Amino acid sequence: MDQKTVAYDSKVEGDVIVTQADAVINWIRKNSVWPMPMGLACCAIELMAAGGSRFDMARFGMEVMRFSPRQADCMIVAGTVTYKMAEVVRRIYEQMADPKWVVAMGACASTGGMYRSYATMQGVDRIVPVDVYVSGCPPRPEALLDAMIKLQDKIGRESALKNLTARKAAAPEAAGVGRDS
Amino acid sequence: MAEIDFALLKERFDYLTERESADHLAVNCPSEKLVEFCTVLRDEFGFDMLVDVTAVDWDARSPRFTGIYHFLSTSKHEYLRVAADCPDDINPALPTLCGLYAAANWHERETFDLMGIRYEGHPNLRRILMWDAYPYHPLRKDFPLAGIEVPLPAADVAEQTKASVIAAPMMGGPFVSSGDGPMSQTEPRARDESWTETKEKPTD
Repeated sequence: MDQKTVAYDSKVEGDVIVTQADAVINWIRKNSVWPMPMGLACCAIELMAAGGSRFDMARFGMEVMRFSPRQADCMIVAGTVTYKMAEVVRRIYEQMADPKWVVAMGACASTGGMYRSYATMQGVDRIVPVDVYVSGCPPRPEALLDAMIKLQDKIGRESALKNLTARKAAAPEAAGVGRDS
Repeated sequence: MAEIDFALLKERFDYLTERESADHLAVNCPSEKLVEFCTVLRDEFGFDMLVDVTAVDWDARSPRFTGIYHFLSTSKHEYLRVAADCPDDINPALPTLCGLYAAANWHERETFDLMGIRYEGHPNLRRILMWDAYPYHPLRKDFPLAGIEVPLPAADVAEQTKASVIAAPMMGGPFVSSGDGPMSQTEPRARDESWTETKEKPTD
């Protein structure tokens, strides 16, 4: 009697896993988030601690800090953004390759923090689209790790092809600001 | 080492007057004599280090601006404060000390940036903290702490993001600590917490 195979036979067809493109792409992305430190003030010290051996962000896929925006996926804005520095933050953000994410670390980067003054930008979300905000002044490294894990969750829920759609450069909505609002 | 005292300086420079001071010796010097006085201070009195250059805005008083200089003698370990009134209230100016102390260069740029005092003869009198096109001098008394709305320094970034330099939301502030009592009860607070940006200030 003929043996008829109806199920998938790995001996014949090789090791294949059937899944969705989103699931695979997002799985790759979220486990290889390479952060770029935008260290502007004391938060950068906690950021360094989070990258160091005691807290070790690399355990969660933020494998290496990249000091070039070309090689980074996630900009961690750690510190007070002055109006004079805002231009630099925006330009570095623009130099990062898509897909890219931004974490506003600490009170200053999120809202201006205690600097209610003429020189300080009242939240970096005015110039770049922020994915995760971290409270604290400065936040503990654990808080940053938590934020990065939250960011991974967020990446996992995204449509992997969202960045392939053409962006209209001029409109602030398309340039990314207010993306999540 | 003998401490420097006012009589010693007055003997040499009769245009000096003594200035009220809570710490070390302080003198008033007319601005046109400043360079001459500081040259002698450096060369003969041993004040070889310029520690700080700043200024005071007296608001409604005239003269409105007073330039302040702190000198240190690294051999005698003495400080001296020299104050010089700016003759002009509208366009305050002082002679530069760049020719005497290299440290004066950046200090004077900072004072120019934040107070708007021009230092005559300065080799590079540009803003040092705020960006070059910034129209105000933020430490003057008539400048609000929150700031004044102006465009962002980079026009293309401003156009893309629609962001601008805004007056910071003060939410009833400035926030000050009462200063006495345990730290847990002296957190900085606004003097008037009855209003915020979203809740109108109550009118009587």
